[in-house]
Amino acid sequence: MADAQQAVVMRGVVKRFPGVMANDGVDLEVWRGEIHALLGENGAGKTTLMNILYGIYHPDAGEIHVSGEHAVIRSPQDAIHLGIGMVHQQFRLVQTHTVTENVILGMGDGLLFREREARQRIKELAEKYSLQVDPEARVWQLSAGEQQRVEILKALYRGAAILILDEPTSMLTPSEIEELLKTLHRMTEEGHTIIFITHKLDEVTAVSHRVTVLRRGKVIATLETAQTNERELAHLMVGREVLFRLAKEPVKTGEAVLRVDDLHALSDKNLPALKGISLEVCAGEILGVAGVAGNGQREFVEALTGLRPVTGGFIFLKDSEITRTAPRVRIDSGMSCVPSERLTAFIPNMSIAENMILKTYRQAPISKGPLLDHKTVNAYADRLIQEYAVMTPSRETPVKLLSGGNIQRALLARELSTQPALLIAASPTSGLDVGATETVWKLLLEQRKQGRAVLLVSEDLDEVMTLSDRIAVLYEGEIMGIVHGEENNLEQIGLMMAGALRLPQEKWA
Amino acid sequence: MKMLRLGLEPRRHAPRYVQVLGLAFSLFLALLAIAIVFLALGVNPVYAYQRIFQGGFGSLYGLAESATKSIPLMLAGVGLALAFRARVYNIGAEGQLLMGAIVGGGIALNFSELPRAWLLPAMFVGGFLGGALWALIPAILKARFRVDEVLTTLMLVYVASDFVRYLVNGPWRGPEQRGFPYSSPFSLNAQLPHLGVTRIHYPTLIIAILVAILLFLLLVRTKLGYEIRVAGENPAAARYAGMNTQKIVLLVLLISGGLAGLAGVGEVAGIHARLSPPEGISPGYGFTAIIVAWLARLNPLAAILTSFLISGLLVGGDAIQVALNLPSATIHIFNGVILLFVIAGDLFTRYRIRLEARS
Repeated sequence: MADAQQAVVMRGVVKRFPGVMANDGVDLEVWRGEIHALLGENGAGKTTLMNILYGIYHPDAGEIHVSGEHAVIRSPQDAIHLGIGMVHQQFRLVQTHTVTENVILGMGDGLLFREREARQRIKELAEKYSLQVDPEARVWQLSAGEQQRVEILKALYRGAAILILDEPTSMLTPSEIEELLKTLHRMTEEGHTIIFITHKLDEVTAVSHRVTVLRRGKVIATLETAQTNERELAHLMVGREVLFRLAKEPVKTGEAVLRVDDLHALSDKNLPALKGISLEVCAGEILGVAGVAGNGQREFVEALTGLRPVTGGFIFLKDSEITRTAPRVRIDSGMSCVPSERLTAFIPNMSIAENMILKTYRQAPISKGPLLDHKTVNAYADRLIQEYAVMTPSRETPVKLLSGGNIQRALLARELSTQPALLIAASPTSGLDVGATETVWKLLLEQRKQGRAVLLVSEDLDEVMTLSDRIAVLYEGEIMGIVHGEENNLEQIGLMMAGALRLPQEKWA
Repeated sequence: MKMLRLGLEPRRHAPRYVQVLGLAFSLFLALLAIAIVFLALGVNPVYAYQRIFQGGFGSLYGLAESATKSIPLMLAGVGLALAFRARVYNIGAEGQLLMGAIVGGGIALNFSELPRAWLLPAMFVGGFLGGALWALIPAILKARFRVDEVLTTLMLVYVASDFVRYLVNGPWRGPEQRGFPYSSPFSLNAQLPHLGVTRIHYPTLIIAILVAILLFLLLVRTKLGYEIRVAGENPAAARYAGMNTQKIVLLVLLISGGLAGLAGVGEVAGIHARLSPPEGISPGYGFTAIIVAWLARLNPLAAILTSFLISGLLVGGDAIQVALNLPSATIHIFNGVILLFVIAGDLFTRYRIRLEARS
């Protein structure tokens, strides 16, 4: 295989992680001088595949050819020698150093720090590819877009002919995105090859020559971008095999339990994360919130539970406004939450019994006055362990010794035992095996049957489709539309997830 | 060629006996390390350890002295154990102790005619408030503005220390002290009774033991104790459960500061019977209490024992200083090395050590 037109060829690449097949026999062919988009949902295996190419992971099987030569890439150092550069989603820059220092960091040629020469070369590169950045600025002073340019300069300085960009637009403003796309075109004109990881359809069509779609670790298709469209790509990206069907009995929905009106909140970086979210969840209904990770899911759940300040809008639970109340008030008025970060819901070093009372320890009969009643605590824990079939040697076992499925079961036991009016479940099955997933799904459907309102926030589209009565799609902090949870709405949902479709509000389900 | 290599393997859970063995092994390693210091000073380490043990625990006098010095260590140590449980790192107990001594001493000097049954309790209450208020400053800074309490509590030690120095050199200097930096002696009513001929001011010792038991029960049996443990183990979970973490920070800092303040009252009313420069009031009990708390694995009941153990070392250290003509810094080296090894010794509870063959 000595075709020099092929910049990168990966054949039959397999990578297993505990419990997951991240890459399952992936074939990828990237041509010299093209922009090749790698499209897929979260967990489709895009980043894993590129980390293998960059030498961060080692494939369990498969082979790699770079520029027609068989290559064994053991480390990023090897990848750099082969002319491969990678810009990670999280920048890897030393904040307190200058741009120049960051670019030449770790090059280690000789004892002397040839800063002046380096600065000169950086200036030349920056000019050639219109990567405007001051070589003497310190990184912490730079915007996200400028920091990304430093990362690209770093790769170019090391002689990268093949550049991998992992979700390069996720941190950028619209004008910065435009600049980046221009730079990328400029680079391909100079003969560079670019692999562009993304889950946004408009970027694929705007920038790439060809696109490879990954789903659940497998390549679904490789297409010429000019010969496809967003609709087809959306379908390829989210199209799915059904794991198992659960009977979803019709339930009469009651009144709205949760009402969110024009909700705004900021991200940890003080950027708008929620931009006017409005929705309702009724008793006896599961409302699914679908979306690619990082589109405001975490901020939404935190705003609802009171862990993140709301900057505008209203939240009503049953009939009372809770927009700015403390988390404790929300818990006491019937809100339960299974957070996606399981660690925030558990104290790993403490016993199951002590973890079981985390939400109820303030109430009689668990506590009497200022005292905890250990007898009641133990009885309560034993009852939940039995009722929800938590497999544990005893109630005194520290939670960290339980398996993921059992931890999730214990968590649901705790959150459901209070008979909440509203259950918020965020990625409730992430990391669980099929059996544990089924248990969790059945429990959620059971809540629906008992007339509780369930808000299911999940990046797993299978899960949302299987369980939800209605589905709201979250994209960049906004609801793109709300549709009924039916198979034939799948394509619309895919388009909305990728930001390619916005339903007018009067058409929302 | 095959080589043997020490490897670490993470443990998921350490049973209690592993924790105790790990602690004992850390102490043993600490003593080995200190032996090097003794060797460097030209002293036979085995002989030195013998003398230390004899000095601290080997005679009735030594035991009584150890018990005396364990009182401030215990009071400050159990308070710190509580604060550290909540992951609030109050390392300024020394300053809080001094503020307790100032307020307690101020009451003693200004109300010397009050009957004993009123004066002594008033001094203790005042001392508690003095220490607690001194801790309130870092508490507010941490709870409101997220200022690191390690820095603020430590810095306030030096402020408190200079404040004591100012008082005994200035406004509170006793006129009969002929220019020496001491306050007037406390009236008899402001002095704590001793046990027999010892210097054990037993009212303070009783308070200390009661406090240790109460704090233990607080941690295990009450809602507040549960909140403190949850907030310390996993602050995110505490917020998720609707706990008021700021309240917990305030509370544990106030309690630990107040208890250090009680220790300060005990020292001035039970030992010195007057205010003196800071070095005279406390040879660093507030700092040594950190070791007491850590050695007790932050368990207030265990801190009763560890305070006695550490004070025995202090007394024994004083003994060898005189007997073997060693510099007074030796015992500080001693304390520092022990704390270092006890903290580093956590390695044994978190990892299993094994020999691996390497080719």
